[in-house]
Amino acid sequence: MENPIRVTSVTGTTPGSSALPRGAEAGSKGAGTAELKLRASNLNFFYGKFQALHDINLDIHENRVTAFIGPSGCGKSTFLRTLNRMHEMVRNTRVEGEVELDGQDIFGLEVSQLRRRVGMVFQKSNPFPKSIFDNVAYGLRVNGFAGGKPLHDAVESSLRRAALWEEVKDKLNDSAYSLSGGQQQRLCIARALAVNPEVLLLDEPCSALDPIATAKIEDLIFQLKDSCTLVIVTHNMQQAARVAEYTGFFLLGRLVEFDKTTTIFKNPAQKETEDYVTGRFG
Amino acid sequence: MTPRLFYRKATNYVMLTLTGLCALVAVGILFFILGYLLWNGGTSLNLDFFTKLPVPVGESGGGMANALVGTGKLLLIASLVGVPIGFLGGVYLSEYGGSTFSFLVRYMTDLLNGVPSIVIGIFAYTVIILRQHHFSTLAGGIALGIMMIPIAVRSSEEFLRAVPASLREAAVALGASKSRAIVTVVIPAALDAIITGIMLDLARVAGETAPLIFTAFGNQFWSPGWNQPTSSLPVMIYSYAISPYDEWHRQAWSAGFVLLSLVLFVNVFSRLVLARKGHARS
Repeated sequence: MENPIRVTSVTGTTPGSSALPRGAEAGSKGAGTAELKLRASNLNFFYGKFQALHDINLDIHENRVTAFIGPSGCGKSTFLRTLNRMHEMVRNTRVEGEVELDGQDIFGLEVSQLRRRVGMVFQKSNPFPKSIFDNVAYGLRVNGFAGGKPLHDAVESSLRRAALWEEVKDKLNDSAYSLSGGQQQRLCIARALAVNPEVLLLDEPCSALDPIATAKIEDLIFQLKDSCTLVIVTHNMQQAARVAEYTGFFLLGRLVEFDKTTTIFKNPAQKETEDYVTGRFG
Repeated sequence: MTPRLFYRKATNYVMLTLTGLCALVAVGILFFILGYLLWNGGTSLNLDFFTKLPVPVGESGGGMANALVGTGKLLLIASLVGVPIGFLGGVYLSEYGGSTFSFLVRYMTDLLNGVPSIVIGIFAYTVIILRQHHFSTLAGGIALGIMMIPIAVRSSEEFLRAVPASLREAAVALGASKSRAIVTVVIPAALDAIITGIMLDLARVAGETAPLIFTAFGNQFWSPGWNQPTSSLPVMIYSYAISPYDEWHRQAWSAGFVLLSLVLFVNVFSRLVLARKGHARS
């Protein structure tokens, strides 16, 4: 059977390793030299008649962490969900404009193919009511991965990448619900990593976690960007400052400012951005 | 104590007593029936009741083995008719039905649920019995199956709807199609509850008499085939209770006790399972 997943990179055993060719500067940490991964052009989004996003133009770079900040209801999550077309699960939504993944229009791609390439981790951890193993294996099985040793190796590799392997290796057949909240969220990350996505979208992944679990996820984000492009929505500005090379500030459905994180926090061009990051509102 | 206060306290006392008594009666009736059945029927209950055929009038002893088997066969046919239609209908309503169509189907199933059981019996009689000119187990089972459909549809739909949207999102975000997500995540998550709902539905129709009187009819002997009349517990109770013989009356009491015990057991057992699962999931 032809396998749509690149087995070689899934079975790598060191955390963060990837066999994917990422170009010469893959893995280099300096912002500004990376290649373009995702591009949104003139993007408008509507819930029925309500326009939730206005004319968003944004570039997301490969092997970088890009953060979106802004007050509740500003459209940052909506924008994130547009990137892998999760908005299509909600009735009565409409998108105008373009989003390109590696230069391809995502609305022209087959949607399950797109979501395989652009994975997602949600605000509230949402493991399936299945075993730990079956949770991680789910995406692999959906994509035609048969059982046996390769599957087991892929599950182990994904759990290692999510820094969860040591904690669960002796209870892979236990229910995912037996894990703590932070472990469940890392399990969801492992589950998303298992299909080896090129881009991982994280929608406020730490909002329900305590500081220790949050620190673990942030460490993880750091390790993952060698093999993956990460986009994170967060309410926590310190988190954006800690993990992201690029930050976008959303307000009332508009992208007010998008720049390197240091610029956004230390020397923003817009008055609204400065007011928000200095805590004057929001 | 002013007259007004006295009046208030007296009213409170009377009403509290009245509501408490009514609540007690509501609970007590079940225990009264159970005790009465046990008193009248339990005493003449013995192994013969479960293993032997009915004996002719005048002889004592004998049992209702054929009625027990007959009820089992009827419920099996009823399940084959009612469970697939009810379950798959519920899946459609929960996962695919638009608002107008779903409303229509829900309304119709509610109406079907309100159709008196004797009318459903006449329907099966007209459609099946009149054509083949003899009573049959099959027709009785189909009549019971039709009675199962409304509750099976509605309970399946409710339990599927109760599966959190976050689980569907997680599956779809891993590249699963909608139908794949329903089969591999949504239905497994709701399956225990759906099975419990169907068991309760089955227990409900197990005691139906009216749809069987002119479909499965009755039989003093082993039913010779699926297309032949069969004895069943409810009809046996009915025909023995209206007979003029004391021995038959005692047997009717025993049959009533056995039938009620079966229904109660399924009911309590299912609800216990449901409560435990519901607790584990929250």
